[in-house]
Amino acid sequence: MYEQIARNKRASVMLVAVVVAVLLLLGYVIGFAWTGRSYGGLGVLGIFGVIAIVWSLIGYFAGANMVLGVTGARRITHSDAPQLWNVVEEMSVASGLPMPNVYIIDDAAPNAFATGRDPQHAYLAVTRGLLEIMDREQLQGVVAHEMSHIRNYDIRFATLVGILVGMIALISDFFLRSTWFGFGGRRSRDGGGQAGAIMFVVALVLAIFAPIFGWLVQLAVSRRREYLADASAAELTRNPLGLASALEKIAADARPLRHANRATAHLYIANPLRKLKETENLFDTHPPIQKRVAILRALAHAGPVPESASSALPQA
Amino acid sequence: MVAVITIIVIVVVLVGLLAVMYNSLVRRRNQVDNAWSQIDVQLKRRHDLIPNLVETVKDYMSYEQETLTKVTDARAAAVSAGASGPAAQAAAENQLTQALRSLFAVVENYPDLKANQNVMSLQEELTTTENKISFARQFYNDSVYGYNTSIQSFPTNLIAGVFTFTAKQFFEGDEADREPVKVDLR
Repeated sequence: MYEQIARNKRASVMLVAVVVAVLLLLGYVIGFAWTGRSYGGLGVLGIFGVIAIVWSLIGYFAGANMVLGVTGARRITHSDAPQLWNVVEEMSVASGLPMPNVYIIDDAAPNAFATGRDPQHAYLAVTRGLLEIMDREQLQGVVAHEMSHIRNYDIRFATLVGILVGMIALISDFFLRSTWFGFGGRRSRDGGGQAGAIMFVVALVLAIFAPIFGWLVQLAVSRRREYLADASAAELTRNPLGLASALEKIAADARPLRHANRATAHLYIANPLRKLKETENLFDTHPPIQKRVAILRALAHAGPVPESASSALPQA
Repeated sequence: MVAVITIIVIVVVLVGLLAVMYNSLVRRRNQVDNAWSQIDVQLKRRHDLIPNLVETVKDYMSYEQETLTKVTDARAAAVSAGASGPAAQAAAENQLTQALRSLFAVVENYPDLKANQNVMSLQEELTTTENKISFARQFYNDSVYGYNTSIQSFPTNLIAGVFTFTAKQFFEGDEADREPVKVDLR
């Protein structure tokens, strides 16, 4: 598991580097296309680079609070929801991580997410609907899944890549619109010549494909991390069936989450934007729940199954 | 000149590597010690909860004095066993776990008691403490596994030998057969 986490960190660094490279390339090509000169491209590249750094820093330090603000989450302590608080504490003991900040979202749809930048600055939120329908063992599975996202540094990755991919999309959009309204026509007046014209076409192509590329990379890794978080949740609780039945309950609940949108969808334990059909799709943030449940159940039947820790005493 | 620089570079790199490996061993050993003290924290918490529980249920359970006495005695034994080594302590704590289980089995027979808000929240607190004890033991064993593996693997084993990092014992409760045995210490 620790090797897996280390690999995750390396993959994150690589991926962030690739996305940054795409962002800078986009800056260079758009700059070249606008000014018709190479140094113009470098200038815009520099500007984009600075914006990307500033934006990432803001997201890194304030992103969690923004996400929690958007979802309308309320911070709780032990007395607000003793069982939830206790289960989170259990998972923090099991993982050896510090206790995250715990939040409740006032929404009837059962779901949960974790965010933050590292285990020392982590936020774990569940909806009221989740608390209402899950028994203790299932809640433990869900919380273990979210703690795994924290332990595996998925929360940092999701925050950073979300920001960068969002920025690429914004810039591409801006370029395409400005071209549409004839802003790009300046290149002919500046006498950029053939190089400028070629760059203009390259910029156009890149502006169309870069956001899609960034998005697909983000989604592919997001799906892989969901499987990994399921597996490490089973490792933490020694009880894959708790999470499996929790996921089934979530899947059976058709209500969509009110405050979810595409920007935050990948953070949740199950896709908050409901779909009619569950298939493994290139454009999904999450693998199909049925497949996740099947893997967890297989995990339970494979090895020697240690008795669930939560069955030590009768359920409260 | 080149030779001297090469030697200096090699020495610097070697010392750097040694420092990194040594620090990682220290970190792992501290994690093991910390994980062990976490178990004690949770055991202590359970001891603190029990008088409350007994106080709350005893009026309802006048016919179950024997069960209550067992819990109280097991708690007293567990508290005093803390000083007489890990093995005795583990045995006493397991006795306490058994006594608590039978107490809660009896509580099931008293609908008034089961619905009592105090009893319910005490039951939740004891459940979570019980879970935290076993999760703390699990984390302790995971930490020991990581630490023992690193002091036995090359090249960290060389440093472990020089600075006498010794293998730590796994925690084995009476439920040891449930935990998959991960490593053979010999």
